[in-house]
Amino acid sequence: MSPFLFWFFALLMLGFGVSVVINRNPVASALSLVASFLCLAALFVGLNAFFIAVIQVLVYAGAVMVLFLFIIMLLDLRAEQRRRFNLVALGGGTLVTLGLVAELASVLNRFPLGRNPFPPLQGSAVDDVREVGMTLFSTHNLPFQITGVLILVATIGVVVLSKRELN
Amino acid sequence: MDFLNSIPWFLMATSLAKTIFLVFLVVLPMVSYTVYAERRVSALIQDRLGPNRTGFPLTLLGFKKDFSPFLGGLGQPVADAVKFLLKEDLTPGHVNKPYFWLAPCLAMMPALVTLSAIPFGSEFMGVKMVIADINVGLLFMFAISSVGVYGIVLAGWASNSKYPFLGGIRSSSQMISYELCMGLSAVPVLLIAGSTGLSKIVDFQVREGWLLAPFTDGNLSLRELLLWVPVGVAFITFTISMFAETNRLPFDLPESETELVAGYHTEYSSMKFALFFLGEYTAMIAGSALIVVLFLGGWHVPFMPDGRAGWVWGLLNIGTFFAKVAGLLFFFIWVRWTLPRFRYDQLMKLGWLYLFEIALVNIFLTAGILALCK
Repeated sequence: MSPFLFWFFALLMLGFGVSVVINRNPVASALSLVASFLCLAALFVGLNAFFIAVIQVLVYAGAVMVLFLFIIMLLDLRAEQRRRFNLVALGGGTLVTLGLVAELASVLNRFPLGRNPFPPLQGSAVDDVREVGMTLFSTHNLPFQITGVLILVATIGVVVLSKRELN
Repeated sequence: MDFLNSIPWFLMATSLAKTIFLVFLVVLPMVSYTVYAERRVSALIQDRLGPNRTGFPLTLLGFKKDFSPFLGGLGQPVADAVKFLLKEDLTPGHVNKPYFWLAPCLAMMPALVTLSAIPFGSEFMGVKMVIADINVGLLFMFAISSVGVYGIVLAGWASNSKYPFLGGIRSSSQMISYELCMGLSAVPVLLIAGSTGLSKIVDFQVREGWLLAPFTDGNLSLRELLLWVPVGVAFITFTISMFAETNRLPFDLPESETELVAGYHTEYSSMKFALFFLGEYTAMIAGSALIVVLFLGGWHVPFMPDGRAGWVWGLLNIGTFFAKVAGLLFFFIWVRWTLPRFRYDQLMKLGWLYLFEIALVNIFLTAGILALCK
C-alpha cells in the first residue's frame, strides 16, 4: 500500500473517530462512525484483504449502523443536544484512553514480533475468500458450528422476547 | 508526489478510460433514456402516445414551427435535464440543511460505485473490460448497495416532515429485509461457479453454458439438468429481491404517491430531486447488470468469439452485455406498468416468510445436487 494512501485513510479514520465522540448530534456521530468504518475498509483494501474490507462495509456500515441510525432517528434528539460537556467525564475518558495506548505500546514493544514489520505474504494472488472458508470449515470447524448454534439461540431468544403474549 | 510513481501508469490510464466510458458514455445516457423508455412503454401499455415530439423550441425565437429532428421525441431526456438544472432549487426552511444536502449525493454515489466491479465486456485491445477485477466482486456489489440506503434514510429524516420520514423508514426496513433474500439467493450461483469474483462467474458460464440456459455450451449433462431447478428458483427470488431493493413497483412503498405524497423526496426540488431519480435508475441498471452477470452469461453469446479474436469482437461483446441489460430494463418497466402495488405488510410478509425460506432451502438443494453429481 502506498504510504500516502495509508496516512490519508488512517488520519481520516481517526478524524471521524474523534468526531463520533465530540459531536453533540447523535445522527452526526452515527454517520461519522460509518465514515470511519469505510476508511478502515480502505485500509484493509490497501493490505489486499478484500474479503475483510467488504465484510466490514457489508456488516458494519451497511447493516448494523443502518439499524443504529434508525433507532436514533426515532428517539428524541433534543435532550442529547442540550447536554453540556461534563469535565470530569472528559478528563477520565482521556486518561483511560491514554492509559490504554501506553499499555498497548509497551506490550507491543516487549516482544520481537510486535516491533518488526510483518514479512509480506508469499504469493501475490491469494484468494482470501477461499482461504478464510477453508480455515473456517476445516481447522476451526467446531468453534464455527458452536457459534452457529449460539446465534440460533440468540435468534430464538429475540423472537420469544418480542412476542407480546406467550401462549 | 512520490506515491504517484508507485502506481503503474498503464493500469491507471486504462482504469480511468474505462470509468469515463462506462459512467459518462454508457450508464448516464442509458439512465436518461431508460426514463424516456419508461414513459414511452407506459404509454404503449396504457394505449397513449407518451412524449413523442420534443425538439428545438424555435417558436420561442419567433419562427413559425418547432424543429424536431429526432424520431419520436428522442430529445425528451435532454429537455428534462435542462429543466431540472434550470428549475429553482428550493430548500424548505424546516429542514436539517447539511443532511438535506448530503442525502441526494449518498443516493447517487453508491449506485455508480457498484458499477466498478461489473465485467461489462470480455477484452478490448488486450484490456479486460472491468474497472476493478476483485475476487470479492459480488460481495462488493452487495456491500456498496447496502450503503445506498443512507441516502434515503437521511433524506427522510432531514426533511423534517412526516411523509418523507415514513417513506425513509419504510425504505430502510424494506432494503434491509430484502438484502438478506438477495444475498441468499445468490449463494447457489457461488456454489456452482465456485468463486465470488464476477469475472470468474462469467468465465465459468462461457465454459459451461449460462447458468439459466446451460445448453449454450452445446451439451446438457444430467448435473446441469438437475441444477437448472435451483438456478431457476434463485433467478426468480433474486429478481424479486432486486425489485424491492431498487424500490421499483410493485414494491415502491417508500414513495407510494397515494399514501405518502412522494415519500422520502417530497421536500426536494430541481436537481436534488433529479439525483434521487438518477440514483434509482442507476441502481436499476447496476441490478440488471448483476442479474446478467450472474444468470445470463454476462457478455457471452454462443458462437461469438471474445475480444482476443479482434477488437471488433471486443466491442460486440460490450454491445451484447448492454443489450441484455436493456432487455432486463424493459422487463422492469413492463412489470411496473402491469402489477398493482403491494400493501406494506404484504411486502414484509413476502420477504420474510416466503422468499427468505425459499432462498434458504434452495441453497441446501444446490449443495445436495453438487455433492451427489460430481
